[in-house]
Amino acid sequence: MAGGLTYTAVESTALSTAEYYGKALVELGEQHDDVVALTADLGKSTKIGMFQEHFPDRFFNVGIAEQNMFGVAAGMAKAGMVPFLSTFSVFASLRSADQLHTDICYQNVNAKIIATHSGTSFGQAGSTHHAICDMAVVRSMPNITLICPADGMETVNAVRAAYENPGPYYIRINRGFDRVLNSSTDYGFEVGKAIELHEGTDITVIACGSCAFQALQAANFLENADGLKVRVLNMHTIKPLDKEAVVKAIGDTRRIITVEDHNVIGGLGSAVAEVVAETGKGCAFKRLGIQDQFAPIGLHEDIMSILGIDSNGIIAAVRETMKADFELDDDWDDET
Amino acid sequence: MPLKKDEWLALEKKAFELRNLCLDTTYWAGSGHIGGGMSVMDMMTVLYHKYMRLDKNNPNWEDRDRFVMSKGHAGIAYAPVLVDFGFNDPEQLKTFNLTNSKMGIHLDANKVVGVDASTGSLGHGMSLAAGMALAARMKGKDYKTYCILGDGECDEGSNWEAAMTIAHYKITNLICFVDRNKCMIDGRTEDVMKLEPFCDKWRAFGFEVKDIDGNNISELCDAIDEALANTGDKPYMIVANTLKGCCIDFMEDDYHWHYGALNEEKYEQAKKSLEAAYKKRCERAQKEGL
Repeated sequence: MAGGLTYTAVESTALSTAEYYGKALVELGEQHDDVVALTADLGKSTKIGMFQEHFPDRFFNVGIAEQNMFGVAAGMAKAGMVPFLSTFSVFASLRSADQLHTDICYQNVNAKIIATHSGTSFGQAGSTHHAICDMAVVRSMPNITLICPADGMETVNAVRAAYENPGPYYIRINRGFDRVLNSSTDYGFEVGKAIELHEGTDITVIACGSCAFQALQAANFLENADGLKVRVLNMHTIKPLDKEAVVKAIGDTRRIITVEDHNVIGGLGSAVAEVVAETGKGCAFKRLGIQDQFAPIGLHEDIMSILGIDSNGIIAAVRETMKADFELDDDWDDET
Repeated sequence: MPLKKDEWLALEKKAFELRNLCLDTTYWAGSGHIGGGMSVMDMMTVLYHKYMRLDKNNPNWEDRDRFVMSKGHAGIAYAPVLVDFGFNDPEQLKTFNLTNSKMGIHLDANKVVGVDASTGSLGHGMSLAAGMALAARMKGKDYKTYCILGDGECDEGSNWEAAMTIAHYKITNLICFVDRNKCMIDGRTEDVMKLEPFCDKWRAFGFEVKDIDGNNISELCDAIDEALANTGDKPYMIVANTLKGCCIDFMEDDYHWHYGALNEEKYEQAKKSLEAAYKKRCERAQKEGL
């Protein structure tokens, strides 16, 4: 998906993920008159405020009133506009869940939710501001596409895709800076298609969001230290999930670990587990993420380390999972 | 100013026909939100047969006026209005609430022609309508948006979020109504959760408020005319004081008829009561109309 938005090497490390979003949205606003932006007093924090600077007549701050914001956006979409809404993920998925469900998903309107401060990325704010169940909530609503981009460039691609494809989108991005996985937007991003970051035949690590970079680091380390061939999939689209890539991973590596900055219930791990279970194939399987608890307060990277969803945690989980026993024959029939 | 007699009588006739169709639908469906359906019908009648700019042959016309039934459970009234208007096959009313019907308690905008917003979860409609009205502003369109809320619905905080937005952004191409029938499922509004001083609340939120008899067609038209002539910054809220079950004597002002069933006996009784009420309403139109 080649686009007009380009960055220098300096910019690609100097911009926060939300700033990439803000720039991409401004670009869309320049190209399309129907793009409109809404926020609930988080214009600065989510960077949707960058749109306001360029298009004040197409920007609406509704105050701290998320439910109303989702309803207003749905009404605008019903009347032919393409609203982009931004607030923190925890509020986008929970405070206004009814409006997301009924006004946006049920009516299947063309509204795009760009939810920031996802997972534990606003670590110091504590659990009131950690979004640990947004993917579970959003994933279970029909009609919506759910994307968890790995970094800034992927956020740009996801935001562009959201405009180009009709229907509701929920894109969850982190607060602050993400480690850079992609130096440009030209790497073959496609909604619903996992990206193989590292080849491997011993085990597959399926990750999303900031965990994708950590998984790649773990794979590189394990190749050098243990001689392991770890396949790493960046599963940026949680819904619709790339089931084909999961099934292929089962067949090729028979060991899968999922990694996400989200509760292990309902998010990426659950989505992959559903595919694994329905294939009926034997597969060693482990879900890394928030183990159904509220996360501690702290810096995002520290919380990721505590939760075991950083590279060290992934390395330990891979080594453990490599010990898992399963049938080595190629006869799948006796396992179905 | 009162309506002219001819127009008033014509609207009474339409309201009578629509109430009849609402009773029929309730009878066919076995049950329905008949109390609130009857209270809101005069508002629906004047909107669809005097004010709203619609094209019978092009329900999705981009320049049409929009309507949001925020009290979404009034589908039993809304569906007959849309069928009578010509947007949907009359036979569909006979399937209301039946498995795989296009029509159920809360109308689905993706299934029922002419529905601008799927509603049912309360406290959503004003925000949706505000979005439609703001879209008109951004696109340079002159269509109007109308929204009807229930009074019990006003317990939902999200309405007041929407009210702040509508006043803040001076959304005057939107006209809101509350069907103030003073009843909700569990009792009278003032017993379940006090709303009064209701008009003052809307005024405090920045609205120009019309406090009228919402089952008087002439008063409704007068209020809407004033709202449409609004050149100021304040949006209009028409608090339409109505009777739950209006025109059906055994239902009127009784919260137990929020949702009810009509057997053959009750159905016939309701029809007779409606006939008598229609006669009285026509007499009033004759007497008070210009």
